[in-house]
Amino acid sequence: MLNYIIKRAVLTVVVLFIVSFITFSLIHILPGDPAAAMLGDQATMEEIEALRHELWLDRPFFVQYGHWLSNALQGDFGKSIMYRVPVSEIIAERLPVTLYLSFLSLILSTFIGIGAGIICAIRRGSLIDQIVSVVANAGVAVPIFWLGLLGIYVFGFTLEWLPLQGWTSPFDDFLKSSKQALMPVICLSVTGSSIITRQTRSSLLEVIRQDYIRTAWAKGMGEPRVVFKHALKNALIPVVTLVGLQLRVLVGGAVLTETVFNIPGMGRLLVDGALAKDFLIVQAGVLLIAVMVSLANLITDISHGWLDPRIRYD
Amino acid sequence: MVPILEVKNLRTQYKTESGLVKAVDGVSYYINEQEIVGVVGESGCGKSVTQLSVMRLINSPGEIVGGEILFEGQNLLQFKANGPEMRRIRGAKISMVFQEPMTSLNPVLTIGQQLIEILEVHLGMSRKNARQRVIEMLDLVGIPGASSRIDDYPHNFSGGMRQRVMIAMALLCNPKLIIADEPTTALDVTTQAQLFELMKSMVERFKSSLVIVTHNLGIVARYAHRIYIMYAGRIVEEGSCKEIFRNPRHPYTIGLLKSVPRLDDQEGKRLVPIEGMPPDLIQMPSTCAFLPRCSYSIEQCRVEPWPELRKVEGTKHYVRCYLKTEAWEQCRSHSATT
Ligand SMILES: Nc1ncnc2c1ncn2[C@@H]1O[C@H](COP(=O)(O)OP(=O)(O)O)[C@@H](O)[C@H]1O
Ligand SMILES: [Mg+2]
Repeated sequence: MLNYIIKRAVLTVVVLFIVSFITFSLIHILPGDPAAAMLGDQATMEEIEALRHELWLDRPFFVQYGHWLSNALQGDFGKSIMYRVPVSEIIAERLPVTLYLSFLSLILSTFIGIGAGIICAIRRGSLIDQIVSVVANAGVAVPIFWLGLLGIYVFGFTLEWLPLQGWTSPFDDFLKSSKQALMPVICLSVTGSSIITRQTRSSLLEVIRQDYIRTAWAKGMGEPRVVFKHALKNALIPVVTLVGLQLRVLVGGAVLTETVFNIPGMGRLLVDGALAKDFLIVQAGVLLIAVMVSLANLITDISHGWLDPRIRYD
Repeated sequence: MVPILEVKNLRTQYKTESGLVKAVDGVSYYINEQEIVGVVGESGCGKSVTQLSVMRLINSPGEIVGGEILFEGQNLLQFKANGPEMRRIRGAKISMVFQEPMTSLNPVLTIGQQLIEILEVHLGMSRKNARQRVIEMLDLVGIPGASSRIDDYPHNFSGGMRQRVMIAMALLCNPKLIIADEPTTALDVTTQAQLFELMKSMVERFKSSLVIVTHNLGIVARYAHRIYIMYAGRIVEEGSCKEIFRNPRHPYTIGLLKSVPRLDDQEGKRLVPIEGMPPDLIQMPSTCAFLPRCSYSIEQCRVEPWPELRKVEGTKHYVRCYLKTEAWEQCRSHSATT
């Protein structure tokens, strides 16, 4: 097990290295000079040259990459052109916001999804199963963007129950923060909880038909034990994969929700950075996302091993 | 002697897209205390459905539509399938060893996790005591190193060892009745013999009764006291093991005997499978279901409905057939020359 984790960690580092290289090259392959683009139309040749020098853009490609990577490894992603402060400082401010919202929505969608999936499976064909299935199917299809706007219109604008948008740190004003976070978290959770509900339901229904479940009944076990001890652990194996995937989906979701609800998180930062051609921000953001996704994969794999003893780590 | 289990006119059906499958259609049988009984028939004749009905483990689209299952003076059909009364019986008073040793154990739980809970739930034992008892039981059924193997997962065991685990599981609460549904079908001949010897010695030791379900008449010859022969969802013959082997009455039983290797066979004797296919359980004729495959049928078989199970005069042998004694003798002598 420990061996396996070490192997996986080494592999993760290699993957991250490749990702960093690709991200870095992409920005530089794109047409146009980043320095010129950043400074705008009015910039003089001298100003552009000075910026190119400051950003190491006048050195050979691999020197640039080596410089960027060695700095990045020390947590230095350069100084943002747009904000005129170190990228790492901006990220330190923005990342917790996104992590906070994503974490809440991951917890929410996992609990709702698994809970609703279990109920549907054991009450298969009942009214509640039918209703939940319809809602889950709709939830998979509904665009987050549209849902966010609808939420703002209904609960913020018409009913005035919740603030229209914005962000407050939960440490500053917990109540206000929670009110503001409610709609974004729900928006972020809709797709995930729908997908997890459907997967939990179908894999539990599949597991319930297996011989070993019949054995559990034949031993005289009651329904709670049959479902939660004997069936669920088997049924959750594919669900864990989905929860892992959900982490990746959340990255995309963050871009949309943070835009709709005007939240200063990583998603917004990436969008703003891309629009402003602030490539240092984009590079750092993409690398960070890659790190998080790799971590999510690692956690998913380890959870699989915990759920399924047949998986051998070698 | 009072039977511990008495099944009367049991009928279990499956509603399928192609029609109503009468998987068990009026089956009656009984099991005495400490008796080993064989239930034999070709695959698909309703053996498993009968046993699962007794355990109330029939799931939709299946349904028990009639009959009585008397166990310790109570009709099990009056209880809810997964209700408290059935749960107290299952695994404690009647336990089951299933056909598929590969799939009948939960792959994500250790053997201990799967066995200890039986003692906790039924006998209220503490985890520590239950664990000790499980180790003793695993040891008893011949699992080497039981005290460490208890923490292994099913995939760490061979098929034969898994079936030993299933046998240990079945014995844990010292049940009145153990139902073994083709427990060795997937295993090699040596392992099969070992497992049957084990089951026989265990039920003797624990004073339980044993139902051996199999499609192989040869297997039950050594172990069963009494045998039921099933065909197309019904019992077509019943008798002591000796009677069935010496004086088989139903042409189907005779066919089964011919198609099975026997210990006293001369070498090189050819096995003769029964010709034809079992009937479609959806569209059953009112005449004998074996008629289309029977080489000894008489006019009466073709015009009159399938007779009930009837006692053969002066014996404890029951058969569901119109043929007279002379005809049986002819059948059997015919079989001896093939
Ligand atoms: N789940 C099911 N759905 C439909 N039909 C079934 C089902 N289980 C059993 N049957 C029917 O019941 C008949 C008897 O099955 P079974 O008792 O398993 O046979 P066997 O004697 O081989 O154990 C089969 O021929 C099959 O048509
Ligand atoms: Mg069967």
